[in-house]
Formats: sequence, C-alpha cells, structure tokens
Amino acid sequence: MNKQATSPSKPSSRRREPAITYSQARGPREQMLPRMGAMLIMVVFAFYFLIPIWWLFVSATKSKGDLTSTNPLWFSEVNFFENVGNVLTYRDGVFLRWIGNSLAYAGGGALVATVLAGMCGYALAKYSFKGRELIFNVILGGVLVPATALALPLFLMFSQINATNTFWAVFLPSIVSPFGVYLTRIYAGSSVPDELMEAARLDGASEVRTFFSVSVKLMFPALVTVFLFQFVAIWNNFFLPLIMLRDEANFPVTLGLYTWNSQINQIPELRMYVLVGALLSIIPLIVAFLFLQRFWRSGLGAGSVK
Amino acid sequence: MKPFKSAIAVVVLSAIALTGCSSSDSSGTAGAGAAIDCSPSDTPVTLSFTSWIPGIEGVVEVWNKSNPDIQVKVQTGPNGNSGTYQNFFNQLKAGNAPDLGQVEYDALPNFRVQDGLTNIAACQDVADAESTFIPWAWNQVSFGEEGAAYGIPQDTGPMALFYRSDLFKENNIAVPTTWEEFEAAAVEVRKTGSYITNFSQNDVNQFAGLVWQTGDTWFKNDGDKWEVALAGTGSTTVAKYWQDLIDRDLVSSYPGWTSEWDNAYNTGKVWSWNSAVWGANSIASGAPDTAGNWSVAPMPQWKKDDNTSGNWGGSSTVVFTGSEHPYEASKFALWLNTSSESLTMLNESANLYPATTAGLDLPSLKNGVEFFGDQKIYDVFAASASQVSSTFVWGPTMTQTYNSVSDGFKAAVTGKGTLLDSLKSAQDATIKELTTQSIPVAE
Repeated sequence: MNKQATSPSKPSSRRREPAITYSQARGPREQMLPRMGAMLIMVVFAFYFLIPIWWLFVSATKSKGDLTSTNPLWFSEVNFFENVGNVLTYRDGVFLRWIGNSLAYAGGGALVATVLAGMCGYALAKYSFKGRELIFNVILGGVLVPATALALPLFLMFSQINATNTFWAVFLPSIVSPFGVYLTRIYAGSSVPDELMEAARLDGASEVRTFFSVSVKLMFPALVTVFLFQFVAIWNNFFLPLIMLRDEANFPVTLGLYTWNSQINQIPELRMYVLVGALLSIIPLIVAFLFLQRFWRSGLGAGSVK
Repeated sequence: MKPFKSAIAVVVLSAIALTGCSSSDSSGTAGAGAAIDCSPSDTPVTLSFTSWIPGIEGVVEVWNKSNPDIQVKVQTGPNGNSGTYQNFFNQLKAGNAPDLGQVEYDALPNFRVQDGLTNIAACQDVADAESTFIPWAWNQVSFGEEGAAYGIPQDTGPMALFYRSDLFKENNIAVPTTWEEFEAAAVEVRKTGSYITNFSQNDVNQFAGLVWQTGDTWFKNDGDKWEVALAGTGSTTVAKYWQDLIDRDLVSSYPGWTSEWDNAYNTGKVWSWNSAVWGANSIASGAPDTAGNWSVAPMPQWKKDDNTSGNWGGSSTVVFTGSEHPYEASKFALWLNTSSESLTMLNESANLYPATTAGLDLPSLKNGVEFFGDQKIYDVFAASASQVSSTFVWGPTMTQTYNSVSDGFKAAVTGKGTLLDSLKSAQDATIKELTTQSIPVAE
C-alpha cells in the first residue's frame, strides 16, 4: 500500500492501530474526561454554527407580522410554503433566474477552474522543466491576494474591452484558482506514481490521454476538493458581481438578495423575501456537499501500485 | 456586515488612490460648472439610467412608449451607499458611467468634487423648471449657486412626529408641540414604563434632520473652500437636548431598522418617532399590530409658535459627466420628476414624496391613510415640506462623516462620551478626510 496516497480525510487505519490499543489499555475512566471535553467543545461549536441557520429556517416559516413579534427561535403559525411561493413569483420569478445564474457561474466556473487547476498542478508536479519553481511560487503568491482587491482592477480592465455588465465579466475571473493549483500539485506529487505514468507511456498513451484517463482518476479526491472550494467561493462571491453587473438579469443570487435587502426601507415585504431567499439559496450548497462528499472521502489510488 | 464594510473601504481607498494620481483622462468632458452644449441630437438616442427605486422599470416603460426617439434603458443595483455610488465612481473612472443616475442629496457634493456631474442648467428646459420645485429641494441640487443645476430633485423627506394617539390619549398626555413639552411628556410616558421615543444611534441622517430644523448647517461651501461645522450652535442644542434625555433614561436606544426596534414599536414600548414622510410605510410594516392607533403631528418646535421643519432623505436624478446627450437626458429627468403621471407611479410603487410644489397635491396624497386612523397625513407633510430651511448643505465625504458620527453615537448611548463629543471628533475626522482627498478646507 502506498501510504502517501491515502485521502486526507481517511488516514490508513493500519498505522493507527497501536494508538487505539494503547488508549484502550488505559481503561475507560481516564479516557472519558478528554473525550467528554472534546465532545462538549464540539457540541458548543456545532450549536454556535447551527443557531443562525436554525433562526433563518424558523424565520422563513413565519408571516411578516409574526417575524418581529414572536420568539425568534421557535415557530409560530407556519407560513412556509406561502412565503416560498411569494419569493418565487415576485417580479416574474426573478429569484429563480438569479439561482440559475448562480448555478451557471458557480457550477460552470468551478468545473472549468478545476480542470485548469488540475492540469496546471499536475504539470508542475510531474514534469520537470526550467522555471517550474518560479511559476509555482508566483501562483502561490496569487493565493495571498484577496479576490476583493482584484475586483476594481478587473472592472477597469473589462471596461477597456466593453465587457462589464456581461455574464463573462463574472465568469472569466472565476475560472482561476491559485489555491487549486497548489492543492493539485501537492496531491499529484504524492498520488500519481511515476511508474504508472511510465507504464501508460509504454502502452502508447499520449501525455494528454495519460492525464485524463489515468492521473485524473488518481487525483480525483483532490479535484473534488478543488471543485467544492471553488463552487462555494464563486457562489458566495458577492463583491465582483456587485462591481461588474448592472443588469438584474445577470445577477447571481447573492447580489440579488443584497439588492432586495437594501430596499427594505422602501418595500418592507422584502425583509421576508430576503430571509426566505437566503434559506433557499443555501440549498444548492448543501446538495453539492452531500453529493460530492463520498467522492471526497473515498481514498482512491490505494492499491494502484503493487 | 463587518467584512463587507472593510471590503467597501478597500475599494473606496483604492478608488481614491486611483483618482488621486491620475489627471483627467476622460475625454470630451466639460469641467464642473463649465457651460455644456445642450443641443438636441439629430438621431434617436438611447440613454442608460441607473436607479434602485423599486418599480422604476414600469415608469420608464411609460416614457419609452411615448418617446420613440429618446429610449431609456434601466440598470439597477443596491441602494446608493450599499454599493451603487461606488460603482458610479468606478464607472466614471473607467469612462463608462450611465447617462443618468439616482443620487441622494447627501451624496451629491461627493460626486461634484470628483467632477462627476454635468451642470444641466445650460439646458433651457431645466432653467425654466426651477420654479416648479420646492425651493429648498432645488437648493440641494444647485448648491445655492445661481444658474446651476447638478441634478433634478426627485423626492424629499420632510419630517413630522409619528405618535401613538391612543396611548397619549389614554394616559392624558398632551401631544407635544415644542421640544420643551416633548421633554415633559417624555417624563410622563416613562412613568407608564414605556419610552416616548427611540434615539437611533445609527440614523445619523435623522439627527441631521433635527439639526436641519434649527436652521443650522453641517457644511458650507463658498465655491472654493469647504467649511465644516458639525458642532455648530444648532448641532450643540440638539445634541445636548438628546444627551439629557438619554442620561435620564427617557428615551430608548434600539438601533434603527432592527427587529428589536420594530418590536419596540409593535408592542407599544415606544410611542413616537420623529421621522420623514416615507416613515409612514416603515412604521406600518414594522408595527402591524398597532394599525389605526397612529397619528402624525408637526415636528415639535424649539420656540413656541415657530413653524420650522427638517428633512430626512430624498434623492435627485443626475446627468453624469461624459453623457453625450445632456439635452435628452435632462428632458427625461424632468419628465420623471415633474409629470404627475410619473410622480403618481413613483409614489405608488416606491412611496416617493414629490419634490415639486404641484406634486404635493397629487390625488394619491389627498386620501386618509387607514394605518393612521384615516388621518390625511400627507397634509401634515405638505406643510412640513414648505417649512424646511434652505440653508442645510451636505459635505463631500458624507460616508466617512456618517461613520464617524455613528461610531461616537454608539458609544454615547452606552454611556461612553456624549453626543456632542461624537460630533466634535467627527468634525476633526472629516477635516482630516477632506485634507487627505485634497479638498480645500476653510480654516
């Protein structure tokens, strides 16, 4: 078994066996306290993180009047489906359009970003060429530059080519993921054995084919990680769309909800719509995580080299 | 909210840095105040217009139907201070600003010092229209200069006192007409366990409206230098008055626009609100259980039998520097803000209160309002609109000024420092900010 090829979330169980027997040997009493401590901390934090979501969920089921006058953390009269209906039909269903836009930006962007980052990281890990470390270090520097700081320069650049206020103004900057390159390089370095690439070459596969049919499968957990990270990053990216977009039809759901939220003083019903909309807008993220989690966990590459 | 604010700050800073080190590179623009060519175009034009007014698309559609040669395309976004102003500055910098935009009165000076606004007074239609507007509202867009119009007034927010008529009556407390009576009433109300009103630490514009009522101003501009007077006589009077109420626990201090704040009004814990005309809608939605129990009275006065009022909010439609069609743009802006057809639609869809004298008599503003026990509340506001002083001037760095004041107010309501201290330190911070941006300050 190649010990380096284990996935990050599932370390080799064989190596942990001594540790387990050691703690079992010390008996349950000494083990209880630290375990309970750890549990307690985790419960407290889980509570802390879940409370806002619980609040959001409870609030989304209330009617406009009950929102301010009833207990914020418990249900009153349940109005959930009516609220959802209102949000979905408000202004000819613009909310659904925003969700669709977000899916296009985040899904498409993350997919392209993952492919690009995967190829880049793989090339940096598996081929030695002049300037390799320099390129890698520059990309690594890119991880440190906050996306927010790039938004304004990007706006000015897109203005030069008259491409602001278009789908591409948000999509193109989203397909770059320096962190993805970093992660895939490290991962490819340890999970794709040179012997396997050699074998593929001997069998007559081109480098591109080797990448797509052999290496990608070995790098899959890392690629899924990059995809998820990038998906969440694009989904939550609010600042770039805020600066780039003027046309409501191109808004992602974050900017749309923010726009509604800023109009609450004029149209008070929007407060309810923002709450319900926020709840609906996290559903795709939850689905993406649940769906991709199993790819993430499965330790591929194990047993590939005999 | 916090990370977003700092994100905005980053962009504001970088925008300042960018504008600071570049000489004017937007070609074909007239400098602020310079005469512009206001002649009609020979060919049909399409104008872009950015506004965050809910329902603006419908109004523009009406215009587009009857003006095939001047088509207007609406762009939208969050409200000004939430990002759209920054977008305007970015667009002005990039040379792709829309022809028309919505700018609130308090943000106009900022755009003006950045040379972002076209003086459309050169357009005859605009010059002719001056007298149709409420004089102080016109003053907000002309900055008090003769023959200047850096925008067309769109709406105003004359202030009045919203109060729970049922509670005042049940407890035999007279509705205060002066601030002195207001204070006395506050003591009476506190005895019942409630508060007469709420001092909202984050609504600096509300405080500005109260200062506005005294006839004082926060800024002055002599065409060249800016004078900052955040802690002038009017401000001092108002600040001391409210500080006293806060110290004696006669007013609550819920942050405005939160659910606690709504709840305080909805449950009768707070009895009145010094607010603007658009507040009628806010209170109706924030305190639905109290429907029918509210009334509107004129603002309490500093001197008995005075008739002064303040303003909170209001915006204008401006033509940005670089627009190639100031004639068509100002024609549309005038229609949008003076025609009764448009004003009625804006009032219905977004609760905008017209800035024209004739607009105050719109049929939709003549009806009794159910939430206020069928009182004809807009009569009170129409009177208020005519009593607002023309002297109040906003400064060119209001975002910073608001933040400085509001930081101080937040501390003051928890007992650290006073409202007056906050204004004094905001005064220093504002002068510093103006100096940093190379905006001349009068010493």
